[in-house]
Amino acid sequence: MPAFLDAYLAPKKDIPRRAYLTVSTLVASAILALWCVLSYGEMVRNDFLPTPDQVVTAAISGLNDGSLPLNTTVSVTEIMSGFIIASVFAVPLGILMGSFKIAEAALEPVTNFVRYLPVSALIPLLILWVGIDITEKISVIFIGTFFQQLILIADVARGVPQDLLDVSYTLGANRRTVVARVLIPATLPGVMDTLRVTLGWAWTYLVVAELVAANKGLGYFILNSMRGLFTDQIFLGIMVIGLLGLITDQLFKLLRNWLLPWAAA
Amino acid sequence: MNLAGPPKLRIENVALRFASRTGAPVTALENISLDVADKEFSVIVGPSGCGKTSLLRLVAGLIEPTEGTITLDSRRISGPGKDRGMVFQSYTLFPWLTVQHNVEFGLRIAGVSAALRRETAQRFIAQVGLNGFERLYPKQLSGGMMQRVALARALANDPAVLLMDEPFGALDSQTRSLMQELLLDIWQASHKTVLFITHDIDESILLGDRVYVMTARPGRIKEMVEITLPRPRTVEMLTTDAFMAIKRRIMHSIHQEAMRSLAIEAPST
Repeated sequence: MPAFLDAYLAPKKDIPRRAYLTVSTLVASAILALWCVLSYGEMVRNDFLPTPDQVVTAAISGLNDGSLPLNTTVSVTEIMSGFIIASVFAVPLGILMGSFKIAEAALEPVTNFVRYLPVSALIPLLILWVGIDITEKISVIFIGTFFQQLILIADVARGVPQDLLDVSYTLGANRRTVVARVLIPATLPGVMDTLRVTLGWAWTYLVVAELVAANKGLGYFILNSMRGLFTDQIFLGIMVIGLLGLITDQLFKLLRNWLLPWAAA
Repeated sequence: MNLAGPPKLRIENVALRFASRTGAPVTALENISLDVADKEFSVIVGPSGCGKTSLLRLVAGLIEPTEGTITLDSRRISGPGKDRGMVFQSYTLFPWLTVQHNVEFGLRIAGVSAALRRETAQRFIAQVGLNGFERLYPKQLSGGMMQRVALARALANDPAVLLMDEPFGALDSQTRSLMQELLLDIWQASHKTVLFITHDIDESILLGDRVYVMTARPGRIKEMVEITLPRPRTVEMLTTDAFMAIKRRIMHSIHQEAMRSLAIEAPST
């Protein structure tokens, strides 16, 4: 092995920031280059793999006729509604579940049962119960994220050190004060991390959510493009979802560091 | 010390038993009795697993004894309270509060006015030598500094008894010496009633007016050693003949005990 590589191959050791960025850029460029070679070189049929410029053209026409912003808005609305409703219930319930054995006994078995059901298996029931409008889409996102959040947040609450609670009692706190001023603040970094991870998962349920009776949205757009073999549009839809996922993830990271500077990475 | 009148803290015939996983009862503490006089610094020294931390948690009211009673100023302890401040071995600062607000925590939940809180916290932060660190968060502090803040936070509440559970156990030996000197200084100035737990014999002799030697399985108090070294004390005393003589006596006592528990653990042949 060349000596200069030695420093880069030590487990868990930092490498210079420039080297880090170089490697990231190289890998991303390599993937893009491979795509160009395969598509422009006509090594893969064009209706299987569009060329990058076809995807750009699809994006421009989507922007011009307003369909891309519309589909994006619809999907973001569905995702955020489902995600926010899930979070509003999952955060307090999860903290209860991880802190009070009685809440754990009540909620954990049910949660662990529902958690492993494929969301798509519940779609027929959802259609019967809530219909096929946006409520159904939001319900899919809700079910896909809520039960996962519950388990993860319960674990966060369980991980709050007992000594932190005990020291509060010896400082004169009663149970209520301990919950409000110690237990809940102590869970916040973990709760933020859980929300960040599960928001990513919420995006992965988008296509499932828009599987049924949708006429707008990025998931619908992708499914519909498949029927006409418009792979450039499929690629466009996938890339917009990936990009939005990346943006929301970074926003969450910023939000966490801004709200919880004491726990900043 | 003042031997007339009732003791500040009295532990009487305390036993602690619990059911193990197999259902068999385990005796963690048995027949523990000791009195801590007002303004006295008492130390419990014993091997790990002897139940000394459990004993301190009983005094703190965080757990209940199976038998016996613990009284503070003749009132029976039935739960945790701010009259028994505690410093833990683990780092227990609130990560979301600055040094200043950590020290103010007890005063704040007691409803003390902001001005008085600030002034009191300032005084104790100064006492532990952390002037200028008020606005830092715990993650910005070293282990020794965190334990200083934990000490200031407990003292700011003006507890009747200060309970310390191997507070310097996780620190490196140089930092530990500094912390011992700091604690000696603070005690010399305030004469708080302290119940301190450690497995470190040097530490127990250096700090204590009385050292209780604990035995393991079940935890019992084997012996009480009165430490007659003059005060104020410094770490230089660690090498004096008087110190060594006490240390030999305690080591012998603990050594006997360790051999006995090893014999219990060894498979009988």
